[in-house]
Amino acid sequence: MDLLYNIFIDPFAQMAATPDFLLQVLWEGFVTGTLYALIALGYVLIFKASGVFNFAQGIMVVFAALSLVGFYEAGVPAYLALIMALGVMGVMAIGVERLVLRHMVNQPEIILFMATIGLSYFLIGAGELIFGGETKSMITQELGLPTGSTVVDVAGGIVILQHIDVAAAVIAAILVAALAFFFSKTRIGRALRAVADDHQAALSVGISLNQIWAVVWFAAGIVALATGIMWGARSDVSFALQIVALKALPVLILGGFTSIPGAIIGGLIIGVGEKIFEVYWGGLLGGGVEGWFAYVIALIFLLFRPQGLFGEKIIERI
Amino acid sequence: MIYREAGQFKTSYRQDAAIFPILQDRIAIWFYLFVAFIVIPTFGSDFFINSMMIPFLIFAMASIGLNVLTGYTGQISLGTGAFMGVGAYACYKLTTYFPETNIIILVLLSGFFAAGIGMIFGLPSLRIKGFYLVVTTLAAQFFLEWCFIRVPWLYNYNASGAIEVPQREAFGLIVTGPSASPSVRYLVVLSIVVFLTWIVSNLIHGRIGRTWMMIRDMDIAAELIGVRPLYAKLSAFAVSSYVAGVAGAMLVFFWLGAAEVESFDVNHSFLILFMVIIGGLGSLVGSFLGAAFIWMLPIIIRAVPKMTGLDINASTVEQLNFMIIGALIIVFLIIEPHGLARLWAIAKQKLRIWPFPH
Repeated sequence: MDLLYNIFIDPFAQMAATPDFLLQVLWEGFVTGTLYALIALGYVLIFKASGVFNFAQGIMVVFAALSLVGFYEAGVPAYLALIMALGVMGVMAIGVERLVLRHMVNQPEIILFMATIGLSYFLIGAGELIFGGETKSMITQELGLPTGSTVVDVAGGIVILQHIDVAAAVIAAILVAALAFFFSKTRIGRALRAVADDHQAALSVGISLNQIWAVVWFAAGIVALATGIMWGARSDVSFALQIVALKALPVLILGGFTSIPGAIIGGLIIGVGEKIFEVYWGGLLGGGVEGWFAYVIALIFLLFRPQGLFGEKIIERI
Repeated sequence: MIYREAGQFKTSYRQDAAIFPILQDRIAIWFYLFVAFIVIPTFGSDFFINSMMIPFLIFAMASIGLNVLTGYTGQISLGTGAFMGVGAYACYKLTTYFPETNIIILVLLSGFFAAGIGMIFGLPSLRIKGFYLVVTTLAAQFFLEWCFIRVPWLYNYNASGAIEVPQREAFGLIVTGPSASPSVRYLVVLSIVVFLTWIVSNLIHGRIGRTWMMIRDMDIAAELIGVRPLYAKLSAFAVSSYVAGVAGAMLVFFWLGAAEVESFDVNHSFLILFMVIIGGLGSLVGSFLGAAFIWMLPIIIRAVPKMTGLDINASTVEQLNFMIIGALIIVFLIIEPHGLARLWAIAKQKLRIWPFPH
């Protein structure tokens, strides 16, 4: 009985008793969710355009953030460092296309997936070799990002909003809007969608696959840089982020591999869901449930909708 | 010239279905076994046996486990590390409760616990396919990792949270614990690996293995001609997790001596997936080749600066190591996506027509 009470009644009683705390938890979950969504966005971009599940997205986030901080520490002004970091991601996009993807057209998915794991190993080594293995702090102030916090009075209590979190949410929204515009209104965007639909048909109407891939990897690089800045501002820039990036997998699964809105909504569901579960139910299990809860949410969703919330319907033929 | 089948006639179905139809292959296998069982323990140094051969065999075993699932049944899994952990912790608990029982039997038994857990996490595979399945196995990975930390019963309420291998004897020899000699541990590991490889090989070439491959090649078609996906997929998960579990138990009991949750983290799952893919999906030889390649390569790279007298500090070597492995994986996948096993087959084919190629 006691257990049932602890599972089904007590958490809700707590929520009702301290609504301001609940709001705080929701907000925290929302912000984490935004960051998950940003990482997932990078995966979706590449998956949409080339069918490659890019395992290296997580390390690309770290690499982008590290090069930004690295340039700044080398004495480059902050904004110039930002541009140079973008340049690094651009060079990497072209390099990946030239050296890896070009040679692997028509290979099965798992081989391409493995190649991106190889790429992430390479980037881990290169990143540590160039920038050193120790954690660095993000140059938040120098980039003109807001710091500090605001206390808001709601529901008879207070909610603390970190400015950087608000900025993260805004930047994520802008990025998504820009990407949506890019995909639906520009020439390259339409070419991208054509490639995603059918490689061969796209080739036959004169779309250059190589160019598209470089563009898409660069776009994913930009998303990675934005994610790296935001995530770095909340914690630190370190290689541990890589494991966090694995969290994007349940997000992707939830949203469907090919859907940008899916990535966003999936990210929010996972972010909010795991925070609430950790805070209200985690104690029953001894804490630390954040590590696996996201996967369990995704698993439960998958059992009912195997293609994710917004994924294209899977049609199986013989 | 030497390696060809001319003059060897098959006179029965039994001979036709043999795994090694050519006499030279059979001789080669006995030769490898002779080297592994006699030559290496006699002449190998402790370093060679302890830090190269034992982990190589254990990881090869784990790769075979993953290969059953990914290579033969087509279900991608990133939970191998955790299933190895289940085997290790199960073996630890078993030897706590039955300290008198032969440890080798306990190691083989502990795989069944891993098989049970593997089947539970394999259930979603009936509905979920492809990359989506990766999430279920990752759920298994992270959930089990969490269990290894949060359930103190598993590590006997140790303050350190680690499992430490007690000294156990089998056949009058000390086989586990700090005072066990490397060659004894090596021989035990080798025997288990050879035995299980033989079992798995027979499973793969038999009816069960064929249903696995049918599921891999096209699951709906397989279902239509009467393969039950439930049995096929779950048996693959069970066999795969069993083998991985035994490998995990061996990892702790015959190699590491003590283990924490880090020994079974997601990086190990990746490592073993690497071995399987580099070695060749759906090939037992490939599992051994892949394990050898991925395990030996860093050791060789680490040894290069010492031999050439270059003065590079250890962390730089480690980073270069990562870069080289990453680059090699990509190069390999570009040159030969079917892995080392395919290269092996090509080499054999070339050898067969040498010195008169068409």
